[in-house]
Amino acid sequence: MTKATVRVKTLTIDGREVGAREDQTILEVARENDIFIPTLCDLPGLTTVGACRLCLIELKGSPRLLPACVTRVAEGMEVFANSERLDRYRRGIMELLFAERNHVCSVCVVNGHCDLQSLALKLGMTHVHFPYQYPSLPVDASHERFVVDHNRCILCTRCVRVCDEIEGAHTWDVMARGVECRVITDLAQPWGKSESCTGCGKCVQVCPTGALSEKGKSVAEMSKRRQFLPYLTLMREGRK
Amino acid sequence: MSAPVTPKVRLATVWLDGCSGCHMSLLDTDERLIELAKRVTVVWGPLVDLKEFPAEVDVTLVEGAISSEEDLHRIKMVRARTKLLVSLGDCAVTGNVPAMRNKFGASAVLRRAYLENVTLDPQIPREIIPALLPSVRPVHEAVPVDLFIPGCPPSADLIFSVLSGLLEGKVSNPAAKFG
Repeated sequence: MTKATVRVKTLTIDGREVGAREDQTILEVARENDIFIPTLCDLPGLTTVGACRLCLIELKGSPRLLPACVTRVAEGMEVFANSERLDRYRRGIMELLFAERNHVCSVCVVNGHCDLQSLALKLGMTHVHFPYQYPSLPVDASHERFVVDHNRCILCTRCVRVCDEIEGAHTWDVMARGVECRVITDLAQPWGKSESCTGCGKCVQVCPTGALSEKGKSVAEMSKRRQFLPYLTLMREGRK
Repeated sequence: MSAPVTPKVRLATVWLDGCSGCHMSLLDTDERLIELAKRVTVVWGPLVDLKEFPAEVDVTLVEGAISSEEDLHRIKMVRARTKLLVSLGDCAVTGNVPAMRNKFGASAVLRRAYLENVTLDPQIPREIIPALLPSVRPVHEAVPVDLFIPGCPPSADLIFSVLSGLLEGKVSNPAAKFG
């Protein structure tokens, strides 16, 4: 009601005609219309960063693929969200994620409740074609209640965003580039020594994998609770 | 009265670096094993008393990752003598738990197991036991694999459905999660 002047755009996704507000992204419109586009870094309630590239779509007239989460709709767009080519690329991205770190599902705290694991199944990833890197990565269990296991991190930065945008602490951030890239607490200090961390645990709940977990949970015992996020986002927006 | 004479499918199962849980899961197909036994001859497996992997095997299920020189030698022989090679379970498909030693290296693991944690006559075995490879790899990084059954272990139902499919000539990867 407050935004009366928003224009409506029409476009097609996978041949279906859909209507959208001009400020929406292709991903938002696809979701409203129950058209599946895979995502890992995106989480409604947090800002979008286009980090995981799983939501790449084909746009008629564009020689390159575009990330649906950070591409605004436009009048007359012809979007293809599902094709053999996209399936192939998306599986490739998943395989790279699995090859890059040590995602040993069988001994993971979120086995059976993991976004990465379930998406691999949904996208039909049968095995990893790339050579596994098996990097040597640390586990930081210095926090009183939580653990960060870098072996299972996919660098989606959900933790960074929820800590900054919702909790307002900005304890988490990202360090270094390429295969050296890590999420860090404070200035790469042990989490338990962090002075900015409020211990709220939102980062743990939004983490799509077993990278962030609660202490005391064993294999397959942890599942994430994210119901709080839409309410908190709503409250924050209401106060602006 | 006489049943149609179809030659039985020659099935082998191989146990490399795994915990035998996948073989246990195969046994967990319970009474359905009797159905399978009517159409399949098990020509090689952990309980088959032969000296050498036989020739002209139709289907081989491989449990476990490639961890030692012996594993590598065996999988190459198995591949050469098998029409359809199936990676059975996460160790074969991904490296899984055996591959968790890769971040430390083989010599560190041997030191830990045979020297640091032993009080009586600590020594690293050099005879009879095959040498470890520097890095544990999934089966398909060593030889081409035709089919992948994920799971730790894959459920008995999953193994049975893939095997029954194969007996009907259906070669397709099952939809099942890792772990």
